[in-house]
Amino acid sequence: MTPLQIIFIIVAVITLFAAIKVVSSRNLVHAALWLILVLFGIAVFFVILSAGFFAAAQVVIYIGAIAILMIFTIMLTRRVARDSGAQHNSNWWAAAVLSLLLFTGLSWILSRWQGFQSTAQPMLESADPLRQLGEGLVAPGGYLIPFEVASILLVAALIGAITVAWERK
Amino acid sequence: MIPISWYLILAAALFSIGLFGVLSRKNAVAILMGVELMLNSVNINLIAFWRYLKPEVITGQAFAVIVIAVAAAEVAVGLALIISVYRRKNTIIAEDIDLLKL
Amino acid sequence: MTTGSVWEWIIKSVVIVFGLLTGFAYLTLLERKVLAKIQVRIGPNRAGPMGLFQPLADAIKLIFKEEIIPSRADKIIFVLAPIITVIPALIILGVLPFGGIITLFGRQISLSLADLNVGVLYITAIASISIYGIVLAGWSSNNKYAMLGGIRSSAQMISYELALGLSFIGPILLSGSMSLHDIVAAQKPLWFVVYQPVGALIFWIATLAEVNRAPFDMPEAEQELTAGYHTEYSGMKFALFFMAEYIKMIAVSAIAATLFFGGYRFVLEDQYPILGPVWLLGKVIVLLFGMIWVRATLPRIRYDRLMAFGWKFLFPLALANVFFTAIGIVLEKLWLIPLLTIAVFLGAVVMVGISETRRWRSHVF
Repeated sequence: MTPLQIIFIIVAVITLFAAIKVVSSRNLVHAALWLILVLFGIAVFFVILSAGFFAAAQVVIYIGAIAILMIFTIMLTRRVARDSGAQHNSNWWAAAVLSLLLFTGLSWILSRWQGFQSTAQPMLESADPLRQLGEGLVAPGGYLIPFEVASILLVAALIGAITVAWERK
Repeated sequence: MIPISWYLILAAALFSIGLFGVLSRKNAVAILMGVELMLNSVNINLIAFWRYLKPEVITGQAFAVIVIAVAAAEVAVGLALIISVYRRKNTIIAEDIDLLKL
Repeated sequence: MTTGSVWEWIIKSVVIVFGLLTGFAYLTLLERKVLAKIQVRIGPNRAGPMGLFQPLADAIKLIFKEEIIPSRADKIIFVLAPIITVIPALIILGVLPFGGIITLFGRQISLSLADLNVGVLYITAIASISIYGIVLAGWSSNNKYAMLGGIRSSAQMISYELALGLSFIGPILLSGSMSLHDIVAAQKPLWFVVYQPVGALIFWIATLAEVNRAPFDMPEAEQELTAGYHTEYSGMKFALFFMAEYIKMIAVSAIAATLFFGGYRFVLEDQYPILGPVWLLGKVIVLLFGMIWVRATLPRIRYDRLMAFGWKFLFPLALANVFFTAIGIVLEKLWLIPLLTIAVFLGAVVMVGISETRRWRSHVF
């Protein structure tokens, strides 16, 4: 066991436990806090995968914006956030069975893939994934059009969110 | 070194947990949280495949960027809808929002 | 990685944390002294010579105060919230260069903790986490005022984070790197404040809002919300909130000095690298004095005005700043950037002035 593997296992256990708490805890603010822990764990995996940019982006976008918006919404709708009734609908056992089936199915399919146990090549010293990503996202031969479409999507979502949530006097 | 299987199994587990949240939760915000878990597990897979299979090609990272953008858009619109529904019906329990039912 | 470098890291981290804690203690004293001078009072002068032991006396008072946890509060989060507030404030300076490389006991020591190639993103990431402590404190207190303060602060900080993030882009574009070391190195002939006067101003205003300082101290406006998010906090937990606010002031001043005012570089720094931290400290003190001065001078602005200012003035202005900076770099005429951005800034101020006067004349507030 290398130190990296030990770190991976610890973070993975914390992340999965937090994820289970996200879908099971009764208090929604607690669920949102567990979600933040999951997102942090995923940021750690990105660091282990030597994608530092994604770790930082994960913290800025998911933790700094998405999760705080969720907490904000929970507080704005707080009469239901602290209700005493069950937080799961009557079909939760079917959902649990389906999720377990999905997990076993996915694991089975993945384990049949021949590259399943492959390990990573060490990163080249000269490689600069950050620069590569930046150039790839704006190069006409790269991902310029998907990137621009994503930005249009964001603007559309911004305008849509404002229109939908607008309170007309 | 960590074999890629660890990441894949972890992402599959996160995806399944997220699916459980989406299918079983009553509160609309909690359903959105489940969706977030699923999107994040996809991102783990994309970055892991990028790192393990073709670190010199940037495709996996570019896809992850777009997944993050889509997730942000989805949350913004979703939460705006939730707030709008809450104003009209005073509830965000998904089962009670049944205007389209006969 | 050798044991020696691990020890070096630990020692540097400890020095930074203790430096920030001492800086916090004496910043409170500096603030009270400066406020007193501006208001023609004397200020604290009883404890020790010139009141120098006042922070110590305050600390002892706060440690021995009774801790009260409201009975209906969410206990775990109530206790965690002050800690969550302090930690980002302490770790945000991890990527900041405090100086060049010095030789100490025959060992080359670089006066910085880490050189991340995404240093600026790290700072924005940590800044975006620091909202949580305040929101959670407000929510977990189970108190109307605390809750309002928490919601206000989250809305305010998210809104001003946009302008803050955009003002980072000017230095990134000019230096072509997100590493703070490269940004400092790129300011060798001229500080970036020369090319980015409007960017520096936007950064400074946005950070005032981010650290909840006057005139943007909405989340703790005592006339409206008793004390905002920390209404229910007492003793050491209150002290942690207080500490976080002042450490954040120091941290954002250090970041502003690094991004726009040449960082640790100044005269004689090339020959004597040990002067780096001294110059950085000097710049930080000047910026801190500015913050205190603003607090003493400007009244708190109304909440809807605050949001309107952030979204309708600061955010478009920051976008225009990025736009004109990029134009100047593409045309390779860097002197165009300050001219264009200042012109846009003045135009925006005049336009806001005209529309506000018109509104005032017609008595529609």
